[in-house]
Amino acid sequence: MGENGAGKSTLVKAITGALPLAAGVMTLDGTPRTFRSPVQAQRAGISSVYQEIDLLPNLSVAENICLGREPRRYGLVDWKGMRERARSALDSLGVDLDVTSQLGIHSLAVQQLVAIARAVSTDVRVLVLDEPTSSLDADECAELFRVVRRLRDRGAAILFVSHFLDQVYELCDRVTVLRDGRLVGEYLTRELLRIDLVAAMLGDRHIPRRLATGLRVAGPNEPPYLSARGLTATGIRGADVDLLPGEVLGVAGLLGSGRSELARAVTGVDRIQDGVLRVEGSESSFSGPREAIRLGVVYSSENRRTEGIISELSVADNITLALQAERGVLRRLPETRRRELAASWVEALDIRPADLDRPAGTLSGGNQQKVLLARMLALAPRVLVLDEPTRGIVVGATLEVQNLVRELADNGVAVMFISVELDEVLRVGNRVVVLHSGRVVETLPAEDLTVDSLTALVTGADGDDG
Amino acid sequence: MARVLGHRLFWPVAALLALVVLNAAVRPGFVRITVRDGHLYGALVDILRQSAPLMMVALGMTLVIATRGIDLSVGAVMAVSGAVALTFIDRSADPGALGTVLVAIAAGVAVGVVLGTWNGFLVTVFGVQPIVATLVLMLAGRGVALLITGGFITTVVSPPYKFVASGFLLGLPFALFLSAAAIAVVAIVQRRTALGLLTEAVGINPEASRLAGVRSQGIVFTAYVASGALAGLAGILYSSNIMAADANAAGEFIELYAILAVVLGRTSLLGGKFSIAGTAVGVLIIQTLQSTVLFLGVSSAQSPVFFAFVVVVVVVVQSPQLHRRLSRLSGRRRGRTAPPAQPATRDLEVSA
Repeated sequence: MGENGAGKSTLVKAITGALPLAAGVMTLDGTPRTFRSPVQAQRAGISSVYQEIDLLPNLSVAENICLGREPRRYGLVDWKGMRERARSALDSLGVDLDVTSQLGIHSLAVQQLVAIARAVSTDVRVLVLDEPTSSLDADECAELFRVVRRLRDRGAAILFVSHFLDQVYELCDRVTVLRDGRLVGEYLTRELLRIDLVAAMLGDRHIPRRLATGLRVAGPNEPPYLSARGLTATGIRGADVDLLPGEVLGVAGLLGSGRSELARAVTGVDRIQDGVLRVEGSESSFSGPREAIRLGVVYSSENRRTEGIISELSVADNITLALQAERGVLRRLPETRRRELAASWVEALDIRPADLDRPAGTLSGGNQQKVLLARMLALAPRVLVLDEPTRGIVVGATLEVQNLVRELADNGVAVMFISVELDEVLRVGNRVVVLHSGRVVETLPAEDLTVDSLTALVTGADGDDG
Repeated sequence: MARVLGHRLFWPVAALLALVVLNAAVRPGFVRITVRDGHLYGALVDILRQSAPLMMVALGMTLVIATRGIDLSVGAVMAVSGAVALTFIDRSADPGALGTVLVAIAAGVAVGVVLGTWNGFLVTVFGVQPIVATLVLMLAGRGVALLITGGFITTVVSPPYKFVASGFLLGLPFALFLSAAAIAVVAIVQRRTALGLLTEAVGINPEASRLAGVRSQGIVFTAYVASGALAGLAGILYSSNIMAADANAAGEFIELYAILAVVLGRTSLLGGKFSIAGTAVGVLIIQTLQSTVLFLGVSSAQSPVFFAFVVVVVVVVQSPQLHRRLSRLSGRRRGRTAPPAQPATRDLEVSA
């Protein structure tokens, strides 16, 4: 464990041979080894699954699992053998999937499981998991942990990198804490108090305030800025949702319950098949995100890398992109104005490093997320729809994002906040929409809910299975 | 020094200079420029003049490649444009009149715009992959040109038309002005409006751009239209140079040379960041190289091999992989390793 920049990912890359060692010795089974590439490490039994999925979406599931070590017969690829091997790898994870299907059509969570299947399908002795659960929901995490424990019992060593304290406590025997690229300490999990773990991660910096639970700012009779009635699109059926100025509407649901689909339908990203969408009381049907943005409705995707950041463009270009797009091609933002604007957002959101010309793709996940928020906020939106804004970013940055969302709502923005983490939904949201199988099951004030009662609603455990 | 070495265009410019120096060494007259009848003559002037059609095509290709696309139809568009312009002049009452020629040029460029629109239409509205969409026209275009000329090589006598490629203005070839104007217009439109930034955004990440409200389709469409228009103009230049519309020879293989120029100018074929100046340098490298091949008297059978050899050297010298390997090698020889990166320290707020 460790904070942003503590060196977790660098350590993982050094172990798996993705980065060369500058100094020091690594021993495997008592013999010193150096790996010049991930392939060498893999041959030695060290497999890894990285935080951001690095598979090939246009190949089949089986090809992805066997990529780089395809079974061969007479020098040719043995397709049948490949499918069988992929199937057995997935079976050992308890995942039922058509191995001939194209990977890209599956959800991110399924792709993550395929990445893990890929890692464990070799004869694995050391499995490195770098933030593997950041895109998984509770059920899938439990499933993953079951597999990890099984591998552990088979004698494999597991290195589990995560920023979720709960998961570390649930799964791990020992904890190593890194800070600023150095080892802080190694502890037995059962002997380590959580507060001590957080203190070790942060060093002598103080452990600050808890996020204030949002009090409702908008009056009960205030009209919603955006309201949807009977909204039907791919993945959702007949959803009723109201977004009020000054309020955060949390969205909770299992994977496949239509969380993202709801967000995409109300922001013009996906086409609406049926139902009515009203903005400030007048009926609107967005022809696309551009139209939605014009009416002040903006969307931030859960896929930061593929649908958010323009990685090779600078931080300044990324921040001003949406504003520039809204102004049109001919009315270019003057260079000084553009830099001032970007600099003000970098400062306001504390984006680090505070370098406007740096390619945005080189920033950490949390800072990329803040760049995306800045891009949206530069538009002065009325409705902000955030799909998993805290996914895959570290504890500290998560809280910064949550605080920011609260602050925005206090300033009169209507926010829709989607997260797999139910405690986060309850912490940030004023009201919570519960989705199940593409339907809105219930909309409740957050203060009437606990994580347990919300879990029950989300899983449909109270008998209402949608 | 490090800034010069690290500049994006250092290697392309270095390659161009190396070629010029090499030429100057083996042929003393290479850099000499003489004045005859108030006109400048010399090998360098010739290279600049002859590079004009490739320059136009490569500029358009740069924009298309920046959007993750490719335009294979440019050579065929050149053929059609030349055929239209010359056929118009041929059938007009007064082939030598300035008015006739201006209309003919406008018609040639307009045909380029129409064909570019067709490409853009296939790519954006129907989502046909750019290589396939433009392949259609690449194959069919020359047939269309033959249809227009009636299967013959149309030749005309028209001094104003000849002026486009062979005339002189203020002592310099007129084609050079056209070529410079094309570079200036493309650079200004891309960098003084937001088109360049939005084109790069769409090229790097089309879906993210769409979600940010960028009119992705419109921008891609614009790139194909621009490429078509520039290829149309290149077709005029080519046909003016030989004063004939040759449907088969016009712009033959120019799409490949244009792609090569774009790549030599450090614009990635994966789309995104592009460099107009880089493409211009790339075009000059290719043209200088062709002039070199001609001068060295490499037999026409061997010249592609020589050409390919030099291109491979230039491309490999630019490869970042090679630079990384070389710097690793020199670092190892000096017995030191890179210092570990300083981790960024952060003040973070965390709830326990």
